[in-house]
Amino acid sequence: MIEKLIEYFQYPFVVYAFIVGTLIALSSSLLGVTLVLKRYSFIGDGLSHVAFGAMAVASVLKFTNQTVLVLPVTIICAVFLLRSGNNAKIKGDAAIAMISVGALAFGYLIMNKFSTSANLSGDVCSTLFGSMSILTLTMTEVVICVILSVIVVALFIFMYNKIFAVTFDEDFAKATGVKADTYNFIIAIMIAVIIVLSMNLVGSLLISALVIFPALSAMSILKNFRSVTIFSAVSSVICALAGMLISILAGTPVGSTIVAVDVFVFVVAFFIGKGTGGKA
Amino acid sequence: MSFISAQNLTLGYDKTVVTENLNFKVEKGDYLCIVGENGSGKSTLMKTMLGLQTAIDGQILFGDGLMKNEIGYLPQQTIVQRDFPASVYEIVLSGCQSHMGLRPFYTEKERALASKNMERMDIYDLKNKCYRELSGGQQQRVLLARALCATTKVLLLDEPVSGLDPKVTHEMYELIKDLNDSGVTIIMVSHDISAAVKYASHILHIGKALFFGTKEEYVASKVGKFFLNMEGGELV
Repeated sequence: MIEKLIEYFQYPFVVYAFIVGTLIALSSSLLGVTLVLKRYSFIGDGLSHVAFGAMAVASVLKFTNQTVLVLPVTIICAVFLLRSGNNAKIKGDAAIAMISVGALAFGYLIMNKFSTSANLSGDVCSTLFGSMSILTLTMTEVVICVILSVIVVALFIFMYNKIFAVTFDEDFAKATGVKADTYNFIIAIMIAVIIVLSMNLVGSLLISALVIFPALSAMSILKNFRSVTIFSAVSSVICALAGMLISILAGTPVGSTIVAVDVFVFVVAFFIGKGTGGKA
Repeated sequence: MSFISAQNLTLGYDKTVVTENLNFKVEKGDYLCIVGENGSGKSTLMKTMLGLQTAIDGQILFGDGLMKNEIGYLPQQTIVQRDFPASVYEIVLSGCQSHMGLRPFYTEKERALASKNMERMDIYDLKNKCYRELSGGQQQRVLLARALCATTKVLLLDEPVSGLDPKVTHEMYELIKDLNDSGVTIIMVSHDISAAVKYASHILHIGKALFFGTKEEYVASKVGKFFLNMEGGELV
């Protein structure tokens, strides 16, 4: 078993996959707590479908670097969704559902009608479930991913206290002169970046899991914001590493294996939380 | 000039007018109670004073050294807060954000201010407790301590005793009175007219009948008499 692992790690693409996987797991877990508490658990799902739609358009238009189109479109939708949350005619969950389903349908429609690929259902499947695309990363993609996740993590650390204030009580923050709208805007951009990054790893369908599960596990056992944040980051990284190792050894799909490990950790945390009287 | 003065204020949302022609003043050290029936625009008035929404017509002026964002605020509980994993200390400290600007981390000065306000509200021993596990009265003290970290000039309290039992309600009113005695200007939105008359220095009654004046004037007025006789002063 160990020989098998050593053998695999001699290939650069396996090393790339582990670097990217760890970074994505880390950055996606950071904002998870905020999203779950703000009742935006499904924003990951909605935005990833938007990214899927944009990706379909980009591949039909034969963009060499799809991120150029996918990232801006996703950012615009993220800003729109988080803004509309407060006082829009269409409420948060409905807006997310609308954008999510709409983008998915359009994406598939365009792919189906204009795609030149011979294996259409295979393409769709790998965009949705991530499958093996993390093992086909190029050096450039790895560098882009490293830079973006370093920016996301650094921004999060510097904005940690503001994010706490804005998440806990937006009205109070606004009334006492904190620029809550600006911070919400930056949070939305960070989420969009994280989602476009994670599409490489788990595909669009499983992104929500990567955002939500570590946060929920942490919230069922821990009782203050700092420890919840740290725990969800650590557990997300460990789950991603474990998931990738298992998928290499057992030959299972990478994205789904990582999520399965996340679910397992959540179930354990849930029962520990019940046992110690924490809120589940 | 007064701390806060409202001139011919018309309030509402989505162009629906809720209250018209509001005129009142809050001086330094006042204890103003805003009373009125449900739907009379109390919350709208409060949000307008906090700058969370704009008035349809008229204006609110700030003076006497009070800046617009120097109003501390004790909100009603939101759904988000009910399962928020945060310690008492983290929440109280977050009140200091108001004078942090873009600075990312708290300094020793802010930590000391948070500790001082926790002591003042008698919750220092709950420092590391989880907010969602506290009783209603304790939670209100935490939010009061946070508001005091933001400012000590004016506190705006939105139904601070709703959902509290009579004993804790009484303690809460005494606590607010102590704050007022130590120089904090209080503006409180309330259903409870009998308590308003007992503790406040001024009353603003909005709704079908408008009234603004001192508590003594209110008790003697037609509006005041009517509402005080009704259900022992509880507006339903």
